[in-house]
Amino acid sequence: MALLNDDDRRGLLRHMLLMRAVEERGLALYKQGRVPGSFYDGRGQEAISVGATWALAGEDPVCSPLIRDLGAHLVKGTDLAQIFRHYMGRENEISRGREGNVHFGDRRRGVVGMVSMLPDMMVVAVGLAMAFQMRGERRCALSFFGDGATSRGDWHEAMNWAGLDRLPVVFVMENNQLAYSTPTERQFAVNPVERAAGYGVAAVTVDGNDVEAVFAATHDARERALAGEGSTLIEAVSMRMHGHGAHDDARYVPGELVAEWAGRDPVDRYLAALGKAGIDVDAVRAEVAETVETAVAEALTAPMPDPAEAAADVFCDGEPEPLGAGLSQWSGFALAGAAA
Amino acid sequence: MATTYLKAITEALREEMRADERVFVMGEDVGAFGGAFKVTDGLTEEFGAARVRDTPIAEAGIFGTAVGAAIAGLRPVCEMQFSDFVACGFDQLVNVAGKMHYRLGLAVPMTVRLPTGGGFSGGPFHSQNPEAWFMHAPGLKVVAPSTPEDAKGLLISAIRDPNPVVYLEHKHLYRRVKGEVPEGAYETPFAARVAREGEDLTVIAYGAMVHTALEATTTDALDGASVEVLDLRSLVPLDEDAILAGVAKTSKVVIVDEANATCAAGAQVAALIAERAFDDLDGPVVRVATPDVPIPFSPPLEQAVLPSVDRVREACRDLLSY
Repeated sequence: MALLNDDDRRGLLRHMLLMRAVEERGLALYKQGRVPGSFYDGRGQEAISVGATWALAGEDPVCSPLIRDLGAHLVKGTDLAQIFRHYMGRENEISRGREGNVHFGDRRRGVVGMVSMLPDMMVVAVGLAMAFQMRGERRCALSFFGDGATSRGDWHEAMNWAGLDRLPVVFVMENNQLAYSTPTERQFAVNPVERAAGYGVAAVTVDGNDVEAVFAATHDARERALAGEGSTLIEAVSMRMHGHGAHDDARYVPGELVAEWAGRDPVDRYLAALGKAGIDVDAVRAEVAETVETAVAEALTAPMPDPAEAAADVFCDGEPEPLGAGLSQWSGFALAGAAA
Repeated sequence: MATTYLKAITEALREEMRADERVFVMGEDVGAFGGAFKVTDGLTEEFGAARVRDTPIAEAGIFGTAVGAAIAGLRPVCEMQFSDFVACGFDQLVNVAGKMHYRLGLAVPMTVRLPTGGGFSGGPFHSQNPEAWFMHAPGLKVVAPSTPEDAKGLLISAIRDPNPVVYLEHKHLYRRVKGEVPEGAYETPFAARVAREGEDLTVIAYGAMVHTALEATTTDALDGASVEVLDLRSLVPLDEDAILAGVAKTSKVVIVDEANATCAAGAQVAALIAERAFDDLDGPVVRVATPDVPIPFSPPLEQAVLPSVDRVREACRDLLSY
């Protein structure tokens, strides 16, 4: 039985288009001086965060979407106007102006915001999985990181720990060829996918520009995790099509490499495939454009945060509000719910 | 019956694990072995290996997974085998745990137990007092008991606190200090206490240095002078009212740190007094601390750098005669 139906396909396309549209709009706002700091996007990598997060149930947290993974926030249901307010440093519910660019996460939707030190949040995801295992819950954590992050010790500690206790966590490594300006051949002698076996972690490589392939790999890895068979590392091979951030013209990237990958753009590919299959992709495109403009218009009316609040909330007073649940997007969950 | 400082810590863990199934212990060799200092001895038998978790030798892993468990709704208590090893997990504590509530509104109720301090030839990697590192990192609370009663009550408060709490337990006090410890669970506030009342001078200290200060400043030792000893107990939050009250009462202050002097907790106390109590002072603020050197191994070298009873007494004597 096919895992994905046409509603799934429309949804996958919609969220990839949404990610691209939000980031294009965010980049424009940055160039207009409305977004402070810098701006970071995941152009060319939309299939990875959208496809992987599509496989999660609402109770499965993402810890964390990284710099190229806006799609994970969108699939979990984070409000678009709040995201634009956050980018612009305005008062908002997800970071309250205390964070910027890609550093956010809507805890109410089970999304834990990233930190800049990579791959720190991978270790935290292992801790979430440890808690699920200790309580006997059927939940799985999802963690994203880049190829460059695999050089740090936290990567080793997370892989070792996850393998040791066969924890329900799925690691998605985005191999986008570059760690800022340093190509992968200057990062490691052995591909992390090959290293995984040494930790007792299963591993698979997929085309990171094929959203259905990323979904399928994540779905299978999640099933393994819930069955108690342990963790999986998914290498999603792709290419970072923009600079590290908006301040980076990426002139160090060979032009032919960019040209080669431009022909494999995940959004264009999926538009063509779904168009050929008879899905009205123009309707999806139009709805996305309108949704984004509505969110931007709303965000532009939001006030800046109150400076009197700058030193508030360093500590929590009272009972902690736990990590919540996001949307369950995949049609398979609804079918399973109906069957049960 | 008098209980050791060490057993009081064990009692706190046992009380909280019995009362709250979300509480669990993790660290290197804390399971059946009972920990390097036997603080977790007997807990595996009562609570099982799943709640008394032996971890890989991976300090960043211990703190990072504790953050994950905490935001998933559990209450992890992490043990570092020696406080010195906290440096290996520093990033997870400072950048991930400490900033999470401010950045994301996500509270991280975790406790980090750090066996600290020197005095027994532990050398440069088994003797440190790293509390100031964490005082400087927003979002972490830092506490340091000096008595068995406070060791139990502060740990219970730390476990129940919705924030990451760094709990410093002084190794030299583990079996040396005994005292009455109330039965059952109780919370000790993150605030200072007066360890001894006095009129002529106030010594401000915490952890093992409270005992050094008490011994150094008996009435007999200082020609009849009456010395107050303030035990800070908590470094973050710092009990500013109690410090200022101590200064106002005696107008002379000696601050003792076992930690290296520069930017130590005592330096912050001195700065507070300079800013807020200048007019109350009848003499310079005096500090006694370990000079800025790694803690040496050989006994005469170690004793030469750690604040001793004699050094504290000498400092008090000089200030009393100022």
